Amino acid sequence: MEEQNTTAYQRVQRARDKNRPNIRDYIAHLCTDFFEQRGDRGSMDDAAIVGGIALLGSRPVTVIGHQKGRTLEENVRCNFGMPQPEGYRKAIRLMEQAEKFGRPVLTFVDTPGAYPGLEAERHGQGEAIARSIQKMCSLTVPVLTLVTGEGSSGGALAISVANSLWMLENSVYSVLSPEGFAAILWKDGSRAADAADLMRLTAADLLDCGVADRILPEPEEGFTGDCIGFYTTLREQLIAEMDRLCAQSPATLKNGRYKKFRAIGSFKA
Amino acid sequence: MDSNMFHKRREKLDLFKAFRNKTVQVQEKPVPDDLYTKCPSCGSPILSTRFREMLRVCPHCGGHSVLGARDRLAATVDEGSFRELFGQMAANDPLHFPGYAEKLSGLEKKTGLREAVVTGTGKVGGYRMAIAVMDSRFIMGSMSSAVGEKITLLAEYAAKKRLPLIVFCASGGARMQEGIFSLMQMAKTTAAVERLAEAGCLYVTVLTNPTTGGVTASFASLGDIILAEPGALIGFAGPRVIEQTIKQKLPEGFQRAEFLCDCGFVDAVVPRGQLRDTLAQILKLHSREGR
Repeated sequence: MEEQNTTAYQRVQRARDKNRPNIRDYIAHLCTDFFEQRGDRGSMDDAAIVGGIALLGSRPVTVIGHQKGRTLEENVRCNFGMPQPEGYRKAIRLMEQAEKFGRPVLTFVDTPGAYPGLEAERHGQGEAIARSIQKMCSLTVPVLTLVTGEGSSGGALAISVANSLWMLENSVYSVLSPEGFAAILWKDGSRAADAADLMRLTAADLLDCGVADRILPEPEEGFTGDCIGFYTTLREQLIAEMDRLCAQSPATLKNGRYKKFRAIGSFKA
Repeated sequence: MDSNMFHKRREKLDLFKAFRNKTVQVQEKPVPDDLYTKCPSCGSPILSTRFREMLRVCPHCGGHSVLGARDRLAATVDEGSFRELFGQMAANDPLHFPGYAEKLSGLEKKTGLREAVVTGTGKVGGYRMAIAVMDSRFIMGSMSSAVGEKITLLAEYAAKKRLPLIVFCASGGARMQEGIFSLMQMAKTTAAVERLAEAGCLYVTVLTNPTTGGVTASFASLGDIILAEPGALIGFAGPRVIEQTIKQKLPEGFQRAEFLCDCGFVDAVVPRGQLRDTLAQILKLHSREGR
């Protein structure tokens, strides 16, 4: 692909393109028999997090991911893919069930971040994210994460503590949006492109520093056509990876996840 | 005689006037700069020695101002019992972020700290424990790889030695200069805290001003018992970001320790002067003796 000359910020813009597939497209093309589960059993159903059970090949998996919309109406409903604490609590509930039934977990990441709102804070946004990360650390079933669009901040991390983390070629994963990063460090949100260059947020960067385990090529013509070849290859790869992970013991899976994240960091000892 | 009387009176008055107008050259004794400290909350001058005795809590308004990690340890841990662990660890510059290396070396000189957290073991009220204290003077106590690594190592040490772990949190969140490496420390520290829980060890967090962002969304919110200092700002998103998002002013006291306690996310708001005794009480309640 052309890809040598693509700047980091161009990747950010592609990752945000509203014509990219969203979680419901992926579920429809990769899985069958999807049964959607709603609600956190506490107070509400957060449409920014979609979850349920589906068959990947012949294997039941728990599917969880961020939902972005294409139209304004859809985006109002799913809050532009920015979850509330209740969304993470729904994710935790579904992960607990996955553990109970020995189902692997497949997550899809595409969010500008957790919603920075008044009610979200009142209902414990930080606590909900922390619990979701903690729940993922405790799972003894395989966890596979696919970063499909933009993965920003704790809102993305909350559902991506995985044994294998794969990124689409034009997806990004970062501590914060480049706009937010520039605003914090330089008090100038318009320097997002400079920020993107520094942040090491592309799939290639993340593979390089051990966060991502595989980069998935996107259709050469973009996501304009039916993308049948793309989905077919992706489904085969996901099934093969789940086969590989399911062959491991529960203790190995849990320890493997610990070791993966334990090793990430750069410091002087 | 009468005129004489007036004359004398005039003389006296002149003398008095001269005395009154006399400018006396007095050697001014300068007030030492550090004799008084201005309270950052209410602005009142406080005798510095008294301010230190009060652990930097204002006697006038009760405002809890920044307490450095070393002072916090001195105020919390039994005298002579603290043993520092992983003290040599320091930040790297993985993104080659402009100005970051200079900032780090400048802060090391200014604060005497190599990173935003000090870790070690000691006793509180006679009970052995592992302790981490974050210091907001070091890039707002932000989570670098080194901060994440130190907290992870300490949690692993506590799990291995079956010690309770106490973490004093003070953090603005992620260390932006370390990008994705900073974000990943949330997963790393949380995984270590989860292992500590599986080992059956007590984990207590004390949220001090401020505890926000990635620290709130990881190890700070996962204590078996969560304490907070009065007035501490605690949240995930910062108040300015929320105001920009919802386009209205936040209510008074929003995201403060007392509010978090009312919302059910903090067990108790404990004034600084009582924290040591409260921690000793919690350790006593979890002591293995008598079980």
